[in-house]
Amino acid sequence: MVNMVDASPQVAENISAAEVPEVELYHPKSYWTKYIFSQDAKVIAIQYSGTAIAIGLVALVLSWLIRLQLGFPGTFDFITPEAYYQFITMHGMIMVVYLLTALFLGGFGNYLIPLMVGARDMVFPYANMLSFWIYLLAVLVLVVSFFAPGGPTGAGWTLYPPQAIMSGTPGGQQMGIILMLVSLILFIIGFTMGGLNYVVTVLQGRTRGMTLMRMPLTVWGIFTATVMALLAFPALIVAAVMMLFDRLLSTSFFMPALVEFGEQLEYGGGSPILFQHLFWFFGHPEVYIVALPAFGIVSDLISTHARKNIFGYRMMVWAIVGIGAMSFIVWAHHMYVSGMDPYFGFFFATTTLIIAVPTAIKVYNWVLTLWRGDIHLNVPMLFAIGFIVTFVNGGLTGLFLGNVVVDVPLSDTMFVVAHFHMVMGVAPIMVIMGAIYHWYPKVTGRMTIDWMGRFHFWVTFVGSYLIFFPMHYVGLVGVPRRYPELGDATFVTDSLHTLNAFISVAALIVGFAQLVFLFNLFWSLRHGKEAGGNPWRATTLEWQTSETPPIHGNFGKELPIVYRWSYDYSVPGAPEDFIAQNDPGPTKEEAAR
Amino acid sequence: MIAVLIFLAIVFSIGGWWLSRQRLMSKPWLEPGFAGVAPGTEAINLPANKVGLGVFLAVVGALFALFISAYFMRTELPDWRNIPMPRIIWLNTGLLVLASAALHCAVVAVRAKQLRALKLDLLACIATTLMFLFGQGMAWETLTAEGYFATSSPAYSFFLMLTGVHGIHIIGGLFVLTRTTRHAWTQTNNAALRASTELCATYWHFMLLVWCVVVVVLAGWANDFVDICRQLLPLG
Repeated sequence: MVNMVDASPQVAENISAAEVPEVELYHPKSYWTKYIFSQDAKVIAIQYSGTAIAIGLVALVLSWLIRLQLGFPGTFDFITPEAYYQFITMHGMIMVVYLLTALFLGGFGNYLIPLMVGARDMVFPYANMLSFWIYLLAVLVLVVSFFAPGGPTGAGWTLYPPQAIMSGTPGGQQMGIILMLVSLILFIIGFTMGGLNYVVTVLQGRTRGMTLMRMPLTVWGIFTATVMALLAFPALIVAAVMMLFDRLLSTSFFMPALVEFGEQLEYGGGSPILFQHLFWFFGHPEVYIVALPAFGIVSDLISTHARKNIFGYRMMVWAIVGIGAMSFIVWAHHMYVSGMDPYFGFFFATTTLIIAVPTAIKVYNWVLTLWRGDIHLNVPMLFAIGFIVTFVNGGLTGLFLGNVVVDVPLSDTMFVVAHFHMVMGVAPIMVIMGAIYHWYPKVTGRMTIDWMGRFHFWVTFVGSYLIFFPMHYVGLVGVPRRYPELGDATFVTDSLHTLNAFISVAALIVGFAQLVFLFNLFWSLRHGKEAGGNPWRATTLEWQTSETPPIHGNFGKELPIVYRWSYDYSVPGAPEDFIAQNDPGPTKEEAAR
Repeated sequence: MIAVLIFLAIVFSIGGWWLSRQRLMSKPWLEPGFAGVAPGTEAINLPANKVGLGVFLAVVGALFALFISAYFMRTELPDWRNIPMPRIIWLNTGLLVLASAALHCAVVAVRAKQLRALKLDLLACIATTLMFLFGQGMAWETLTAEGYFATSSPAYSFFLMLTGVHGIHIIGGLFVLTRTTRHAWTQTNNAALRASTELCATYWHFMLLVWCVVVVVLAGWANDFVDICRQLLPLG
């Protein structure tokens, strides 16, 4: 039945040994090397995730404060306009860079890549460990800015000059903007160390039989996103270094001639648009740096919990690669309102619409995977379906905004805020939640408490729509973003104020639901049901480890050999409704019988 | 953004060529048991650290391509005035060529297991590289003495930044090279020494290439080419 080709001979000298003696498996002995300065990718993943979730909670609190101000303006004296700008800046930056990017790549990337490709660890464990500590340093520098004189920067998460370093902006002429830029530079240096690991482990660390086209889509997503991040983050570093020069050495890379309080500043001749090009050359790929791992993970969740092979695996891989490449030529659609050559705008509107094609293919394939599947509505599956719906909603408004003529009137309104929160906030966070519920049993050996997970899902899912659907309407009416108060504009009716208050209450409730999620994670550590090695009866290698949680070295003395792709669910004639990737299947004799 | 788009086109071409050899057209669901080319991973037959260095150099390349893109966009603005290249830059370029040549000789020596020649070559590389860095500092001082300041001349700001970022990368490389040199005295494992020397050589050759591009840009020799590109693609 199966075409068994011996996969074990060592032809190439640079492939790691399939079997090693026990003595070669590195087991750290001391507490410090095992849990603190660990070089084990799994520990590093937990460190990354813990730090990202901790700083994410800060962003969550900031979002509450933002909504309190918008829903109940003038009620809270400590939320001054300056503080409001600091809150929105830090909320945005933390969520996009320090939470989503770090959690998807540093957290899931570290935990899943070696396990899923059948490697013992990342290829450069020491650099991997450094990657986390530099990330932690970047987070600490960011946190320090809250306590610096003048507080953190209030320049908006895009940090546009010239206002980012002007005295009228919170932190502009104090430490806020400097600490933010230094923190970003540190983050990128740390990420580069980790990113090299993720890419080279996928390229060189795969176990025997694990060809690229047998890799789970999770690994494809993280791998492609990492390649993109390695090429896109330098744009942010260039922008940050040049802005630091402008701020500290008074150069004029981005700063035009300016008069402030009647006084001519020493800047002159620089171009704020230059910064925008650099920022969005990073910023748009960043959307997909977050989205691609989410696409990959959700594919695996859907396939596993629908007990069905992923529909169109090849097309999914091509779409991931295609989106990754195309995301580098759409950046200027964020700059339509900055003014540009009409042909330039036309070019970017066209590429923006084209990139929707592979994205749509992925959505169709998820839906077709669900079609006639044996759908198990487990908590991870609920979040996966929640992601598809949310991503489609957010994606559709993205098509509106991708067109110049529609974007120009909507660009500075709450419509944009609603759009990107749906597509880049709620959607990937749905995947993160689903992924945590899915892999928690492997990480801890325990199941999470099911009813808490369902409660968490429904409040988060319904609550998010109560927040962001009305927000689209608020934007369409013309309410501008970035304003701490709406004042007495004629279009701001009483009902609009009521709607804003409603959104804020919904945001508070959704925020509190996340505390239930965290409680569930901690409670289940001790009180969760024993999970066993493969509670979801999944095919991929991380579920086939001899021990749960996996020990250092992942697979014991002998690495698994892969005989099939990642999605052999409900194969006709198979004894169970899944066949693990390292299962050789029936021999010719058995098949003949 | 022309420079970085050209750079990305090169990187994507290499990536696309590699991917095209990865059987992306295969139908894995129809191939159970087939483990591909033995030993079955279809990985690149190179040590992980060489592949890692290759990926890292792509990141460094992207960084410089973006700096150069920013440079060309800034040159379009009306206050731009070119600055003269200090003559010591040519001497510095020669020193970096010598450093790169010394490392090439070091690779030849380590492959031939000539330890004495290897040590000499590594020391020569360190010496010429340090002289290069010293020379870069002198170039900054020369321009400052001629009345160019970061606040008044964007061209000088770029000169400072591009040479500075290049210098930081060279200093980073020097740490690794110094470690390799120390190993040449202490280590008996020729394979590790050879790998380390080869990695250093690749890095130095790449940084020489980057430096040559930076010099071409700063000297204004690429302006005509960029003008043509701007007419073809209005992307700054």
